[in-house]
Order: sequence, then structure tokens, then C-alpha cells
Amino acid sequence: MRDLGSLRHEKGAILRTQTITDERTLIEFLESKARRIRWDIIKMIGLARSGHPGGSLSAADIVATLYFHELRHKAEEPDWPERDRFVLSKGHAAPVLYAALAESGYIDREDLWTLRKIDSHLQGHPDMRKTPGVELSTGSLGMGFSASVGMALGLKIDRKESRVYVLLGDGESQEGIVWEASMFASQHGLDNLVGILDYNNMQIDGLVSEIVDIQPAAAKWTAFGWHVIEIDGHKFDEIMGAFREARSVKSKPSMIIAKTVKGKGVSFMEGIVDFHGKAPSAEEMEKALAEIEASGPLG
Amino acid sequence: MAEKRATREAYGEALVELGHEYPNLVVLEADLAKSTTTIKFKKEFPDRFFDCGVAEQNMMAMAAGLAATGKICYTGSFAIFATGRAFEQIRNTISYPRFNVKICPTHAGITVGADGASHQTFEDIALMRVIPGMTVISPADFYEAKKAIKKAAEIDGPVFVRLGRAAVPTIFDDSYEFVPGKAIKLQEGSDVTLFATGVMVEACLQAASNLKEQGVNAEVFNISTIKPLDEKAIIESVMKTGRAVVAEEHSIIGGLGSAIAELLSSECPVPLARVGIRDLFGRSGEPEELMRYYGLTHIDISQAVKIIMDRSQRPK
Repeated sequence: MRDLGSLRHEKGAILRTQTITDERTLIEFLESKARRIRWDIIKMIGLARSGHPGGSLSAADIVATLYFHELRHKAEEPDWPERDRFVLSKGHAAPVLYAALAESGYIDREDLWTLRKIDSHLQGHPDMRKTPGVELSTGSLGMGFSASVGMALGLKIDRKESRVYVLLGDGESQEGIVWEASMFASQHGLDNLVGILDYNNMQIDGLVSEIVDIQPAAAKWTAFGWHVIEIDGHKFDEIMGAFREARSVKSKPSMIIAKTVKGKGVSFMEGIVDFHGKAPSAEEMEKALAEIEASGPLG
Repeated sequence: MAEKRATREAYGEALVELGHEYPNLVVLEADLAKSTTTIKFKKEFPDRFFDCGVAEQNMMAMAAGLAATGKICYTGSFAIFATGRAFEQIRNTISYPRFNVKICPTHAGITVGADGASHQTFEDIALMRVIPGMTVISPADFYEAKKAIKKAAEIDGPVFVRLGRAAVPTIFDDSYEFVPGKAIKLQEGSDVTLFATGVMVEACLQAASNLKEQGVNAEVFNISTIKPLDEKAIIESVMKTGRAVVAEEHSIIGGLGSAIAELLSSECPVPLARVGIRDLFGRSGEPEELMRYYGLTHIDISQAVKIIMDRSQRPK
């Protein structure tokens, strides 16, 4: 029996997975959470009639694993000083974060259907001053990653156990500040920092590999002084394993390079560049929701 | 001859005092610790000083992340790089979430001197002033700079304090108390109001003294807080004098001159002249030569006063 990670959670933190003792059940549990997150992503973007479904869906399994397994956090106390931090540096994937926050209990599920509306606290890109549970206002690419390095440094100064998890896009990795920040993080041995690269190889204008390729990504991050873990970003055992491995790494930040599929979980969106920043039509929304519902129970 | 001290010298001194007062204060620098004088803080508090290397954008966004963990974060570098290169980090990642980050870059203005145009900035006040919620302070001398840098720690949110490289005359002393948002009347007058900021405050005092000999009674204000602007004091003075001249070591576009023109054009339109850099880039030279070259002396201020006095006396 492998250490499921959740057992390290402190008393009072979210302990949703603590009672699950076998990995098969745990994975089924996380699959149902990811399905719920995907269903919410489609519904909220469909109702908003704008947003970024592709990169929200590609990150759904990673974000589900973070919120329902890896992170130490308390929805009833969003400012709990000992919490782990999750920063969505690729802020345009806001719907995946909002869905996880709703499912965790930070915000009401009904609020999700107000996404991008004038009186909603759910902005097009995450706003930490408007939405409980959002650790950092992001949207301008690269900056969330750099600020996460600052957060990890701040927690180290205070000798806190808390860890910082930051989700980075592959197109986002073209920003120079990412590499400035990566050098600082390894220089200062920030082993409380975990980056996750949502590597779906698509950006607004096309394939990352055809626009400005970030390959060889693993060699780059290794050369910049990071511990690199390469996984399939849709396999829960690999995602959990990567987080576990990152926790054991000392004196270095870790970068989990997660190979993902843009639009994952909705057949007609998978691998379609245009769904980077295009909302599904009403008809497409219904079709997508039905497909997700048919794939298994919703968490 | 008045004592001369650079406002940047105040930075390191103030940081050391703040470091003792605030255990949660950290300083980030971008490879200019000796020039900005943040090295004084590094020597006293090596565990709370972090050199980001030549990476100003990362320094600013990291400052936001540090502030997210409860730190008061002061940042270094030169004004052109801090406010220019890292503008969007300051706008999106520091100011939009209202983080407690203090932007106190040195080497603002033309008095940078011999390094030339790439290292001089006349756009920094304009860039910082346009950001919602940013406090913009441009101290007149060493003593005001030191008090302003220290006061910034008490303001919850982003603060910009503009500092200079060159030794410039002092106006105040250690007993000076800096009040954010307050225009400081340095001299009463009735014919024209001279509004100045930074090194131009001293030039305005000199101009006022020369004008007096010619029978012109100038009121002189030090506008060290450019945002929020002390609108009441400015309007009151101009209602009395009926004329305004604004002087700054900054572009006439977007700085204090613009701020006062924006205010007075809607609240109290009067003849107004702006003394500053006239939409140009800088060049190498000694600070005093450059001040003459770009028209930033007390003589230029007196001339501006005469022009608007003639204009306002002309029959309609």
C-alpha cells in the first residue's frame, strides 16, 4: 500500500480523501471530482458565452488532484496561515479554478453561472480581492509564476511548512519573466515550490511547437536548476506520484511537466486550437455536458 | 552655501531604521545595491535582503508574492527600469491587488548626468500617476526623502517614491515631518503660485527671491505628494494669485504640470506655464549643465512667470 499523501494532512484541513485507503477508490474519487470540474467548466463558459475552455479542461485532472488530495487547505478559513498555496499562473483557465473552489466549498456553486457578468465576483481572470480562495490575481502571463517564487520565499523566511503550487501554461513559458524567476528559485533552493507545466502544445495562434517551441522543456528546466518530473497529466497515479516525489526533493524547486490534451474530456474539443478562447454554443454545451455525464459519476 | 545631499542616500538609511522597526520588512534589489544604497540594509539585515540580479520584472512580481505572505516589500533599481521595464508588473501584479510594495527607485530625472538618455527618465511620474490607487511621492531633498520612505511603510498599498542620483541642496532638516497628501507652502505670495516638486523646489525658492527684487510676489509650494494631489491647497492658492507656474525635473507631459493643469482647467482656470523637459530624450553631461541645457533653472522659472504675467495683463 502506497502512502496516499492525504494522511499527512493536519487536523482541521480538508480531509476528503483521508478515509480512502485503497488507490483504486482514491482514483475513482478524483475522477469523479475532475468530471464535476469539467461539467462546471463547460456550463459556466457556455452560459457566459465567452472564456477559455481548452486550457481549463486540459488542467482539470491536475487541479482536481491538487484540491482534493494534495493541498492542505480549509475552505471555511481561506486565510489559514498554514495552508498550501495554489496559484493559477495561466489565469485564463479561471473556470477550472472556480469549479475547484466551488466543489471545495469556498464559493457557492450557483455563483459559477454568473462568470464574467458585471455584478459577479467571478472575473474573466482570477481576482484575489473578489473571490475567496484565489491566492493571487493573475491573467497577465508569467507574472503569477514569478509571484509564486516570491510567495515561496516569503514562506521560507517565516519557516513555514506550507508549499506553493503554481500551474504554468506552455505558451506562457515563452514569457521571459518565467526564466528570470526560475533562476532565482533555484539560486535560493526553494524546495517548497512546485511548478506544473500544463503542456497541451497549443496556444491561441496555433501549436506551441510551430510558433516558438519550448522544447526541450525537460532539459531547459533541468539546466535552470529544477528537479524535473515528466508525467501524463491525465493519469491520476502519475499526478499523485509526481507531487509525492516533489515533496521528497530537497534544496531545489520541482517542475512537473504534465503532457496534456487541450479540451480533454469533451471529444469535439480535444486537440482543437480554436477552443483555446472560444465558448461552446448552446447546442455544443448541451452535447458536451451530456458526454461528461455519460462518462461516469460526477463528484 | 546650503548642504548638498542626494535623495538616494536617504534610501539605505531609512531602510535600516525601518528594518529595526518592522521585522516583516524585506528588500529586493536588481543588481544596483551600491548605487541605490540598499546595500546598507543588506549589511544590517542580510537575511531579509534579496538580490534578484538584472531582472527588474521578476523583482516586482516577486515583491507582490512576498507581500502576499505578509511582508512589506521595498524594491530597488533605477527609475527607468523599475517604472519602465517593470511597468506592467507594477500595474497588474502589485497595484491591481493593492499589495504592500514600495517602489523607491533612484536615478530619476536628468540629474543622472553622464550616463545619458538610456538611464535618465522623465516619464516615471506619468507612468506611476496613471495607476489606480498608487501613491506618488517626489521628495524635494534628502530629509524629505528619508521621512517619505519611512512613512511609506505606514501606507497600506503600493507607494512610489522618486529618488535622485546627484547631490542636491537641502531645504529641510531632521525635524521635518512628512505628511502624505499635503502640499507644503514654503513662501507666501500674491501675484503667482510656483508649484514645484523634487529638485525644482529649491530652484523655485531662488526664482521667488529674484522675482521679489523685481516687484513680483510669488507664493511657493512644494508638491511632494503628486498623488493624491492636495487639490484644496492648490485651488485656494491659485484663487488668490490668479496665476500658476509648475516646475519639475520630468516631462511636461504627464507629470506634476499635467496633474495641476488637469485640476485647474476644470476647477479654477488661470494662466499656467509648465517648466520641465519639453518632450525630449536626455543626453550625457554634468547634472548642472543638463539642467541649463533642458531649461530647468531658476532663470527658466522666472521667465515663465514673466510670460504668464504679460499674458494675463493683456486686454481681452
